[in-house]
Amino acid sequence: MPRLVFHPEEVKVVSKRFGEGAANIDRYIELGGYEATKKCLAQGPEWIIEEMKTSSLRGRGGAGFPTGLKWSFVPKQSAKPKYVLVNGDESEPGTCKDHLIFLHDPHAVIEGTIIAGLAIGAKVGFIYLRGEYRYLLEIMEKAVADAYAKGFLGKKIFGSDTEFQIVTQTGAGAYEVGEESALMESLEGKRGVPRIKPPFPAVVGLYGGPTVINNAETIATVPHVIAMGAAAFAAIGSPRNGGTRLFSISGHVQRPGVYELPMGYNLKKMIYEVAGGIRGGRTLKAVVPGGSSTPVLLPEEIENLGMDFDQVGKAGSMLGSGGVVVIDDQTCIVEFALRTISFYQHESCGWCIPCREGTDWIKKSLTRFHAGYGVAKDIDNIQYLAENMMGRTFCPLGDAAAMPTLGFVKKFRKEFEDHLNGKPCPFAKHVELAVI
Amino acid sequence: MSPEQTSPDTMSIFSPALAARFDALVEKYPLRRSAVVPMLLYAQDEIGYLSDAVIAEIADRIGITELDVRNVASYYSMLRFKPAGKYNVQVCTNISCMLRGAYDLYERFQEELGIGHKGVTADGLFSLEEVECIGACCWAPAIQVNYEFHDELTADHVPGILASYRGRAKAEGKAPHA
Repeated sequence: MPRLVFHPEEVKVVSKRFGEGAANIDRYIELGGYEATKKCLAQGPEWIIEEMKTSSLRGRGGAGFPTGLKWSFVPKQSAKPKYVLVNGDESEPGTCKDHLIFLHDPHAVIEGTIIAGLAIGAKVGFIYLRGEYRYLLEIMEKAVADAYAKGFLGKKIFGSDTEFQIVTQTGAGAYEVGEESALMESLEGKRGVPRIKPPFPAVVGLYGGPTVINNAETIATVPHVIAMGAAAFAAIGSPRNGGTRLFSISGHVQRPGVYELPMGYNLKKMIYEVAGGIRGGRTLKAVVPGGSSTPVLLPEEIENLGMDFDQVGKAGSMLGSGGVVVIDDQTCIVEFALRTISFYQHESCGWCIPCREGTDWIKKSLTRFHAGYGVAKDIDNIQYLAENMMGRTFCPLGDAAAMPTLGFVKKFRKEFEDHLNGKPCPFAKHVELAVI
Repeated sequence: MSPEQTSPDTMSIFSPALAARFDALVEKYPLRRSAVVPMLLYAQDEIGYLSDAVIAEIADRIGITELDVRNVASYYSMLRFKPAGKYNVQVCTNISCMLRGAYDLYERFQEELGIGHKGVTADGLFSLEEVECIGACCWAPAIQVNYEFHDELTADHVPGILASYRGRAKAEGKAPHA
């Protein structure tokens, strides 16, 4: 069972029902659940979208797109049915927040899905969980069945004339399916390859109908925004970055865990105070701020860094999925870079050549390099390959592989050079033999 | 063959429960083929892997070609075309787990089981896989045995974990292949 952590600096909004037994629908109602949905049902779509815009809630999946704005793009009139699609394919290495949401607060996901449906005029919502999350899917399925039994879902929700249905769906192992267009392909029973954009899903999405796709954390945040009021929610965070965020802090810290902190919270404090600092009395070497696809930051870069989309972007990285991976001074960055690119090489769907070939060549090159068979020009070559993947693919997986690679090479060039001329890696014991 | 013999009802390799699950699932979507991915996984859970017969039955029930089903199935990493062990041990070695000793854990599993990546023990009880991130980064290193998570592990936990599954298999009183 995933351990829950607590820290006095936390501001519990999305996680306030964690550990409170809220997966039980009666307990959830007792804790104030489903009031937000009733309020939205009474207020209507325009009000909901305005509230979401006021809240300055931004997508928690990684891109940070303003949720209210996304919802407002869905056309009011549509010949085809509209859909809400909840992305619970949580697969970005370093990220495990949705895991806890599904485990502890499945009804918040249901409520958020209904509210999104009310806002855009959809009658059906799909909640897609990665295949590995089977026990969480079962919790979600039970929650959905309970909501149907209470009349919160169905032809006439809460006794109104409004219909809303929810369907839960399992994936079967694929990082790429976390990309919104690939997610739609998977839900339509196909290989999870991305679609070209435009058209955007808000216009032509699932089954050709206008579709809003939100990350599970974004959706679970929605009922809290409604319940506490959009202005109050926005006031917690930093400018244009409303509310709190579930930060998954992992790696070499004393107390890893999922902590809910206000947007804009200082990264250094997050590591040293909230997560208890670097374990074993070691020192910080580097930190990946927002999941494996975000460029690495050095200790001096996090001194005054507030963790919101704008500030981390300005620092040359991304807030991404909020997965903070902390790396100590006993870690080989070349090995870390190799493990990162190996993941993207494995997960590239092969649809776009720069990503399919680029990830493979960088992996081969780094494997050889880490094993001590690298030559000086490999360093530039790795950088060249990564630069040529950027922006040349249908979906962001190519960029997600290239960006961290560029970060490692640029910021730790000396460590790459130290691996040259047959010198063994000073840190790692897991040296693979060259594959080419 | 007469049409009666080829209908899914008489030729089905799905259990009645799995067939009922399929029938309920397929009604939920605007398009039948949306059931392909979940059905492949649920059928694999029951039968152990995606045999030719499973592919054929899913194709038939959905109304698409077997080639189309294979094309979809080959994309997803959890789906397999060969049997795995009764207990499939999946060790995450991605970054967060790697930083906290996942490779020591993985090596210990290899030693204890005497198999490598995607290997199956001779008795068919265990198989081993090195897998990508399983979404347990804050409780690293973590593994999944079939769908069960085990987290915050060290290599010393390995014999105990394997013993508990051996015990479970014994308690079920079935041969691993049954």
